[in-house]
Amino acid sequence: MVMGPEPPAAAGSTLVADELPVESEVRAIEGRSLGRIAWNRLKRDRIAMAGGIIVIVLILVAIFAPVLVKLVAHPPNDFHDDLLDPNLGGLPKGRFGGISGSYLFGVQPVTGRDMFSQIVYGARVSLTVAFLAALVAVLIGSVLGVAAGYFGGWVDAAISRVMDLLLAFPQLLFAIALVSVLPQSLWGFGGTFLRMAVLVVVIGFFGWPYIGRIVRGQALSLREREFVEASRSLGARGGYILFRELLPNLVAPILVYTTLIIPTNILNEAALSFLGAGVKSPTPSWGRLMSDAVNYYQPDPTYMIVPGVAIFVTVMAFNLFGDGLRDALDPRAH
Amino acid sequence: MTVKRRAIAAGAAVLAMALLAACGGNKATTTTNSNTGAGFNAAVGKVVNPSTKKGGTLQMWSSQDADSWDPAIGYYAFVWDLNQLYTRTLVTYPAQPGTAGLKLAPDLASAMPDITDGGKTYTFHLRSGIKFDDGTAITSKDIKYGIERIFAQDVLPGGPIYLMGQLDEGQNYPGPYKDKDPAGLKSIETPDDSTIIFHLKAPYADFPYLLAMPGAGPVPQARDTGAKYALKPASSGPYMFQSYEPGKSTVWVRNPNWDPSTDPIRKALPDKINLTITSNADDLDSRLIAGTADIDVGQTGVQSAAQIKVLQNPSLKANTDAPPNGFIRYAAFATTVAPFDNIDCRKAVMYAADHTALQTARGGPIGGGPIAPNMLPPNILGSDTKYDPYNIVQGKPQLDKAKEELQKCGKPNGFSTTIAVRNNKDKEIKSAEALQQSLAAVGIKANIYQYDGKLLSTVIGAPDNVKKNGYGIMIAGWGADWPSGTGYLQPLIDQTFILKNGNYNLPEIKDPQIQSLFQQTALETDPTKAAALYNQMNHIVMEGAYYLPFTYDAALNYRNPRLTNVFVNQAWGMIDFQALGVSDGK
Repeated sequence: MVMGPEPPAAAGSTLVADELPVESEVRAIEGRSLGRIAWNRLKRDRIAMAGGIIVIVLILVAIFAPVLVKLVAHPPNDFHDDLLDPNLGGLPKGRFGGISGSYLFGVQPVTGRDMFSQIVYGARVSLTVAFLAALVAVLIGSVLGVAAGYFGGWVDAAISRVMDLLLAFPQLLFAIALVSVLPQSLWGFGGTFLRMAVLVVVIGFFGWPYIGRIVRGQALSLREREFVEASRSLGARGGYILFRELLPNLVAPILVYTTLIIPTNILNEAALSFLGAGVKSPTPSWGRLMSDAVNYYQPDPTYMIVPGVAIFVTVMAFNLFGDGLRDALDPRAH
Repeated sequence: MTVKRRAIAAGAAVLAMALLAACGGNKATTTTNSNTGAGFNAAVGKVVNPSTKKGGTLQMWSSQDADSWDPAIGYYAFVWDLNQLYTRTLVTYPAQPGTAGLKLAPDLASAMPDITDGGKTYTFHLRSGIKFDDGTAITSKDIKYGIERIFAQDVLPGGPIYLMGQLDEGQNYPGPYKDKDPAGLKSIETPDDSTIIFHLKAPYADFPYLLAMPGAGPVPQARDTGAKYALKPASSGPYMFQSYEPGKSTVWVRNPNWDPSTDPIRKALPDKINLTITSNADDLDSRLIAGTADIDVGQTGVQSAAQIKVLQNPSLKANTDAPPNGFIRYAAFATTVAPFDNIDCRKAVMYAADHTALQTARGGPIGGGPIAPNMLPPNILGSDTKYDPYNIVQGKPQLDKAKEELQKCGKPNGFSTTIAVRNNKDKEIKSAEALQQSLAAVGIKANIYQYDGKLLSTVIGAPDNVKKNGYGIMIAGWGADWPSGTGYLQPLIDQTFILKNGNYNLPEIKDPQIQSLFQQTALETDPTKAAALYNQMNHIVMEGAYYLPFTYDAALNYRNPRLTNVFVNQAWGMIDFQALGVSDGK
């Protein structure tokens, strides 16, 4: 399985005032918050901004997929026999996988489905699974991580061992096994919804220890800080300290980590779909398109390149943006 | 024959995994004598390069080894075809193109059998001068012994066991290895060395077809080595084994004791026949196109890369054939699953299906086969490829008619159902998707359920399971073990063939008319008259809308232009290998 992204080098909470003179030309402005400072830094990072813009575009494409497809393409599941050469086993007519003005990314062999619609709808599946799985991982990871770091002792030992266990668990094999024994419907849910839920749970559940470890490390050092001491000596209880003192200081690393875990999740989703453990046909999925394309890599390489580029661009954009965000929130990484 | 094909697929997978490096050395020095090919499908229905020129070495290749050369065990279609080289049977399929190849002709027997006792007794007389490769005469006792070996399923498992079903008659005969009684199997009588009499319990008009299977060929008891017999079987045909290295190669040379005057069927042109096994199917295709391999005996079609290359080049395409191989690919409707208990709902699916899309999913008209309008393949006597009750062949979905049928069925807005499909057959999955998509147009929402293809017999082959899980539509394929309507249709439509596991009558058809027709065909020893009865059955099945046929299965195969006497024998659904010769004498 793909490794988790590398942890941010340090917590954003360690932003200190002596970094500010860098922005000499904006010195006149006063009372800048840490977020404002980070945003200014991010704005100057062109690569990160480019990544961010692509991410936003992708999200918009996913959200407005039906509108987009209606405007420039064809419904994702419609067959177009007339665009295929039946004598060649259903290979698209024309060059480059049948790319044309009304089929921007060509058509799928055998079915003649519009690849543009497949990619656009595939983005929905990919991004939904990636975001939800990241959410699951971040929720479990930060709560358990901060608890382990703050309480220490047996709580820490237990949570840390669970994390070790999960990190060593063969996630990919588990997911494939789980999907193959999955009934057609479960608790009244069936089909695509069930498969996506399984993907979210599997990817998210096995992803939380990565973030859990980082948060635990941060919490471990934060709990020895003076402001925590002070809070404790004023009579604050565990819960208050955890959520009002520690967590706000962990927001930056969690945010950075979330943007970095999303591309990993996209790759995981694609890998699982490639191996047949993803959403079921006819719901479009990038990974499944790739695995189908293996059969046509010689006569119709376009079919493999299109979803490949989609995955590549998405993962790249998220990574660039995530890196830029880390740099912005953590000046020491410069 | 599904058994056969399934085994082939498994075998190919094992070979691919084991990566048996059975390659290289055999650089046949054939120059492709750049003569233009005979044309696409030239070997279907007629003979390409007719010739009587003897000599040369025939270079056969395959990406899978035989399941067994033991005639009692081998079950692959191509192994039956190759058995013609070294196994003669009482009757066999004549070496002729077209439907002439389907009508059994005497081989070891001097004439077709005398059938007496109301169709229960079959008497054959052997030709004189027939010999094994060691020079000993072939007697009726050798044929009886060959058939007795089939009963030794503990030693020789895996072959067809139809003859056991017809001949055991309550004796529980354990096979010749365990049986100590010199009389052996009681239902076969050998009054002298050239006469053999079969006593059946009930008339069974298809009995001669069972005797044409290689397992009914003669085996000399003195040379029988049990399970090891497959390594060097005795030969009654024109070629004998020189060597056999499992997974690598087989070499046949002329059998000096085979007398052509006793054999009206075989030509025996090449001096030597090599079969080389390779694990690399793409390499095999390039050898075929380069002319260093003569033919792929698997005959399951060139790989997709080679297929596109061949089809895009007219001069290469002229060396290919894509004959129907006797399989029909279809969807079966489970009559135990609502709403398919209602004939109008079944008809709605028949009309809503997009048959062009289904054909494309199978590989298109050339790589997949022509659209099938009914449930009898063209290699079965009684087949009528023009009978198209649902107007399927034109290829387009008929949505208006489908909606009409939905109305009649009481589901004007459609319904939900499940399509069950094997997960290891890419073409079947694509067929399911095509069906799903075309049904959506009339509001029929079909979920695709992919199951482990190895579990076929317990997933869709178990009626209880089908009913429990509501598999309304099941995708499958079927080919007969012998080319008669009984061989093809009985497992698919006879209610007595509905099994708890391994069932092939997927719709669970229980039709008294069909049952009475089967009783008539069991008595009808005239194949032409039987054909009319099978034609009737086909009509009943189609009128009942139990099956939605997709295609008459076909695969695109390449033949080296140097080959002579190339034709498709419909009995095998592939090139008749024993007839082949080489034009350049090399």
